[in-house]
Parts: sequence; structure tokens; C-alpha cells
Amino acid sequence: MSRSGFKELAIAACLAILAGFVPLVFNNYWLSISVTAMMYIALCTSWVMFSGPTHYISLASGAFFGIGGYLVATGMSDYQMSFWLMAGISALVATILAGLIGAATLRLSGVYFVIFTLGLAEMIRNLVSWVQNNFLGSRGLYVLTDFTEAHIYWMLLVLAAAAYFLGWYINRSRLGFALRIIGNDETVARHVGINTATAKIVLFMTTGFFGALVGAVIAPRYSYIEPNQVFSPELSFMVVIMALLGGAGRLWGPIVGVIPFTLVWEYVSLQFPNQTTMFIGLIFLLIVFVLPNGIVGRLEQVAVKIRQGGH
Amino acid sequence: MDILVSGLLLAGTYALMALGLNLQYGVARIMNLANGEMLVLGALAAFWLYINAQVSPLLTVVMVGPIAFIGNWLIYRFLLVPLVKRSKNQGQLEVDSILATFGMSFFIVGIMVSIEGGFFAYKYLSETISILGSTSSLNRLAAFLLAVVIGGSLYLWLNRTRTGVAVRAVSVSTEAAGLVGIDVPKMSALAFALGGAVTSMGGSLISTFYTLDASVGVIFTMKALIIVIMGGVGDVRGTIVAAIILGIVETAVATLVDPGLTLASAYFIFLLILLFRPQGLFGRRTA
Amino acid sequence: MRYSGSALSVNGVTKRFGGLVAVDNMEFSVGEHEMVGIIGPNGSGKTTMMNMISGTFKPTSGSISMMGSRISDLPAQEITRRGVGRTFQLVRLLPSLSVLENVIAGAVFGHRKRWGREAEDHAHRMLERVGMDAMSYAPVSSLTYIDQKRVELARVLAGDPEILLLDEWLAGLNPTELETGIELIHDLRKEGRTVILVEHVMDAIRSLCDRCVVMSSGVKIAEGSPDVVLSDPEVIRAYLGDDDA
Repeated sequence: MSRSGFKELAIAACLAILAGFVPLVFNNYWLSISVTAMMYIALCTSWVMFSGPTHYISLASGAFFGIGGYLVATGMSDYQMSFWLMAGISALVATILAGLIGAATLRLSGVYFVIFTLGLAEMIRNLVSWVQNNFLGSRGLYVLTDFTEAHIYWMLLVLAAAAYFLGWYINRSRLGFALRIIGNDETVARHVGINTATAKIVLFMTTGFFGALVGAVIAPRYSYIEPNQVFSPELSFMVVIMALLGGAGRLWGPIVGVIPFTLVWEYVSLQFPNQTTMFIGLIFLLIVFVLPNGIVGRLEQVAVKIRQGGH
Repeated sequence: MDILVSGLLLAGTYALMALGLNLQYGVARIMNLANGEMLVLGALAAFWLYINAQVSPLLTVVMVGPIAFIGNWLIYRFLLVPLVKRSKNQGQLEVDSILATFGMSFFIVGIMVSIEGGFFAYKYLSETISILGSTSSLNRLAAFLLAVVIGGSLYLWLNRTRTGVAVRAVSVSTEAAGLVGIDVPKMSALAFALGGAVTSMGGSLISTFYTLDASVGVIFTMKALIIVIMGGVGDVRGTIVAAIILGIVETAVATLVDPGLTLASAYFIFLLILLFRPQGLFGRRTA
Repeated sequence: MRYSGSALSVNGVTKRFGGLVAVDNMEFSVGEHEMVGIIGPNGSGKTTMMNMISGTFKPTSGSISMMGSRISDLPAQEITRRGVGRTFQLVRLLPSLSVLENVIAGAVFGHRKRWGREAEDHAHRMLERVGMDAMSYAPVSSLTYIDQKRVELARVLAGDPEILLLDEWLAGLNPTELETGIELIHDLRKEGRTVILVEHVMDAIRSLCDRCVVMSSGVKIAEGSPDVVLSDPEVIRAYLGDDDA
């Protein structure tokens, strides 16, 4: 088990290095798609770390991502702070927020958690608009940096790799084992001595941390930011879809889900711009009814069948 | 006083949509996150028929009921029953039904956008009236009264008829209800369909005084969920009280602070409930 | 404060569910190395009592102490860490984990924490102990009912509990399995473990327990050695009802 774990890590490292060359070989159009894909890989990987083992569907990605983008924008625009400092602060804020949300909801059943995260991005958007309109003055924010698209891509790659490595490390730790037990049977988990609430909250906080950092890193891409446009409920759903499409049972599932989805999405939103919402709905239904364990789960099923056929 | 009156009038339709959701979750055990879209569909029907055929929304309400009933029955029968059958435990069903109803909600939004991409704005019975010394509009009052009639009939049906009692029995315990000879799958389908119908009727009513658009459903889903949790799953009386609380608090925040903060105020209530009474206002802690 | 010698003491514990009093002012204690049976007709509150000891429920009033320190305010995981291990009335294994991983789960977070190689070796020993080591790498879905129960017992033992709670561990077994089961609990007794068991199998109670606590409608109606208690007219009445007695 431990050897195959290192093999997996080695493969991931090779892939990450290969991915590092993308900006050098792709033209601007493909690089821009790659940035989007890398953004989702980072978000989905951190999502799977928490939601994969626990089966708690988090729709908070949009909120954390928004915190990253908004704090970077407002800090740089209104207070002349450096990008790096604001990125760090936003990660801290999102981590704390995730901890508070976790403390309020993760002690209870999973449904409360899903419901709480469902409207979260929208609610924070409302709050931010209100604060912005009444106290800070309503106007757009500028994120002016020297970062090129390639820089953003590399930063996202580093984040994705970091999330993957952390996930890999946690999977092999006592915390990861605890989460697998919680995902199986929470009552048993408590009765073998696991502090289930703490384990879940800690993991959820890492999701918040990465969500905000991704939001912060991608902010310079848009240079002009409407305070409330970064809190996008839709993003939360995209993360869930891509992660589940790939398969939440494996840490590398998102990579398998994000790449084809981003390409198809690009095509659909160009060809059928008015049908994108319906398309998302159909993919959700496809996942539930046809691919309940994602593409990875289906591949593994096929692999098992082939192996059994060989005997 | 203004706040109390308009809060209460708003609460009527909130109660209706939350009752619908509560039937679906409490009896059929389906956490229907497309509930808000059912409401918006009802609103769209009222808007579209009024604009294009001058059909009175109050008449639409009557038509929407049976149509939504059949539609939701079909959804339950063909989309959700397979999930119920394949799930090994309640947790699995919860995750599956959440994802499936997300899918439905996006799909329905997609359809609605292609019918009407803008706001469902129309004027119907918008004369101002005075209730207990505070001004309101006739459409709000009419919607409230109809909501009371619909909610009241639902209550009587659940408590006074054989089928209604059977539905409530399923909500208390699926297994026990099955043991005393209640056709649980049939009652679940009935409850789900009825829940959808009630929610859609609420949507037609709310559209007379509240401007909606195709994508606003999720906000109503949130509010309905908060009401159901606050009132307690399967508890009609709790749902109504919770709807009144939410209606009044929201109206108060909208009037006194900022209309953009109604969702935030709903969240605030939600947070209080989660921290202090996660079992619902009247629920008993069952561990 | 030194404790009075009992491993576990239940002092005036009451549990209400809404209007229903499931356990009413229960009072008993269990000495170290003692095996105590809790018996009584269905619905008499035995499992509720077990659930309160293991921390699944909190008592409405009264207290439970272990080695003299109060545990009844603690959450279940904390009680486990203090050294109370339990099995479930309807066996609960972790379906997506292998047999070995199920047992490791008990070793890692429990009373004594182990990890890695050490936890694995320990889990193997526990599986051997219940006669299941050959099945270590099998998926749990392939196990028979008695084997599932053995794995669950191994999981609890892997946590080195000071006090072991067995909730109808022998229920649902066929006669041959029952013999194996009673044998296993006998071994636990020989090791000098402190055990509380809820049981309906009277032969097992007679041969295993040092002492019995009899519950009926949430109240303790008798306590003493199994032979004495089981011939107590009030106990017989509780089991068979007034008319039949």
C-alpha cells in the first residue's frame, strides 16, 4: 500500500512538471483555457480532499474563491497593499470562515451543511455589496500587477500541486484514515475514539484556504473587478460537477474530470450560449444516473472486470 | 406595525412553499433542491398567461395545482424512485437526491430562461389598500388569503382524511407505516407530487406582488429550507410559525436596514437555529 | 480522590425521551475484572443504558463514573479514549474498508493510540485472537454474520478497552455459532476483563456472568448472582407477565 502511494505521487509530480511547460508551447487561446482548467483542478482537488471521504457536498467554493478575489482587489485598490500580503490575508480569512461554518454545521447532519453552503456565496455577495454601497462607496476595483497569463498559470499549478500533495499526505495520515471511517459510519467513528467534528472541520478549513488562494491568484487576470461579481454561486456548482464527473473517490479524479469538461464547456458556451444552464443540469443528471462514481470509478470497475475475465 | 402586516402577508406564500418542501422531505425523504424552481415555474405560468392571454393569476393558481401535481409525480416516479431503490442507506439517498435535484433545478432554469429571460413583471390587483392602519396592496392580501385557504385545506386533509393520516404515518416512520399496511411508495409519490403542487401554487401567488426572474429559484429554495429546518421536519404547525418569523424578520430588515440583506437575515436566523435548536422550534431532541 | 474500587458506577441515572422514561433512576456498579449481565424483557431500557455508558446518549439526570471520575458529560469519542469499548446490537462494520482496516480503526484512535506497522501488527493479533486472521484482506461484505460479529469484537479489543460493553453480542447466531460465541466471551472472562453484557440468551448469562442486573420498564428490579436472580418471582413475572406467572 505504501509503495503504490509513492508511485502515485511520482506520477503526479511528473504530470505537474509536464504541465509546467504548457505556457511555453500553447498559444494564447489555449493558454487561457489552460488557466481556467488549472484553476478548476486546484479548486476540485481541494474539494475532493474534504468531500471525497466524508460525502459532504460543499457548495462553499464560490464563497471562498470570492473572498480571495475581493480581498485582493479591495486591498490593492483601496489600501495600496501588496498582492502577496492580500493573498495571504484572504487565505487566512477564508480558513477562519470555513472553521466557523464547520463549527456551526459539521457537528450536525450533512444536510444542514449542504444547505448552509448552498446560499453562502450569494449571502456574502449581498453583504459585500451592502458594505461597499454604504460605507466604502460603490465602484469597481482595480487589480494591477505585472503578472502575465503564464505567471497566473504557474501560480495555479503550484497551488494545485500543493493541494494534491497535502491531500496525498493527509490520506496516509491518521486524519485521512479517520475521515474514511467517518464517511463509512459516523457513529462507529465516534465509538472508536475519533473526534469526528474536529476532523471534518480541519479538512474543511483546508478547502477554504485553497479556495481563497485560487481566487486571489486569478484576480489579476481580470484587472477590473466588480466587488460582487467574484462571489459566483455558479462556480461552486462547476467545482462539484467537475470533481464528481472525474470521481471523488480518488484524489486524482478531478484531473480526469476537469480537462474534458473544460473543453466541452468551451464548445458548448460558444455554440449554445443560451443553453449552458440546461447543459449543467444534464451533466448533473448524467453523473447521478450513469456515473455515480465518476469516470475514475467507472474505469476502475472496467479494470476489475478485465482482471477477473483474465483468470 | 407596517412591518408586521407586510411580513405576515409575505409569510403566507412562504408557508406554502415550505409546506410543499416539508411534504417532499418529511414524507418522501427527498431533499428537493429544485423546490425554488417549482415555485418560479408557477410564477412564470401566472406571468406568461396574464401577459399573453390576460388570464387572471388567481385562476392560474387553480390550473397550476393539478399540472404541477402530475409533473412532480412523473419526476418522482421516473427520476427519483430509481435512486430510492438503489440507495443502501439514508445518507446515500440524501447525496443522490441532492445531486439529482440540482440537475433538475439547472435544467428547469434553462428551460425557463428560453421562455422568458427577463423579469416576470406584471401588474395585477396592485391597488393600495389599508389593513389595520397600514398600507398594503390588494394583490398581497389576495395572495395571503388564497395561501391560507390552500394551506388550511392541506392541513385538514392531512389530519382528517384516511389518506392524509397515512401520509403523516409515513413521515413518522417508513417502516412502521409499511408494517400496518400503508402503501409507502404510493404515499411517498403522492406526498412528493402534492408538495410540488403546493409550492408551484405558492409561486403563482407570489408573482402577483413580487418580481421574479428565471434564476431566482435557489434563493427561495434556501428560504424554504431554512423555514423547514426551523419549523421541524414533518411539522406543519412549526412550518407555519417559522414562515411567519422569517416573513417578519425579512420585512423588518428590508425596511429598516437594506432590502439587499434579506438573504443575510435569513442566514442569521438559520445560524441561530443551528446553534441553539437544530431539532426545530417545536422538535424534540432525539439524538 | 481515590475511587471506591468499582471500575464503573451508575448513580441514579434517568433518561427521558420526551414524555417517555426509558431508564429510571438506575443504580449499579461493576467491579474490576467482573462480568456483569444486564437482562430484562424487550423495551426495558437495557440498550439505552448501554448507550448512556458509551456516550451515545447523555443521561437526563444522574451520573456515570469510571474509576471514580465522571464520564457521563463526555462525548462518545472521549469515553472511548478513556477506555470504554462497545459492540453494537446490530453489528456495524465499515463496509468500504477491509477486515484488517476495520480492526486497525479500533487500534488507532482508541484508548492506546497506535499507528502504521504497530497498529497493523496489533490488529493481526486481535484478529487471530477471535479466529479471523485468515480473512484479514477479505471485503467485509463477504463475511457471515458471526464472522462480522467477531471482526467487530476484534475492533473493540484492538482499542485495549478497560471496560467492554457487549450489546446482545450473541443475538441472531445459530446454535453452532452460539457455541463459538460463548467460547469467545469465556476467554475474555479468563483474561480478567471487565465486561458488561446485555443478553437474552439465558444459558450464556448463567455460565458467563458473575452478577446480573435485571431491568423492567426502565427500573432495576433485581440484582445478584444469575441463579438467584433468575429464580426471583418478580423477575419471572417481568418476563412472563402477571397472568402467566
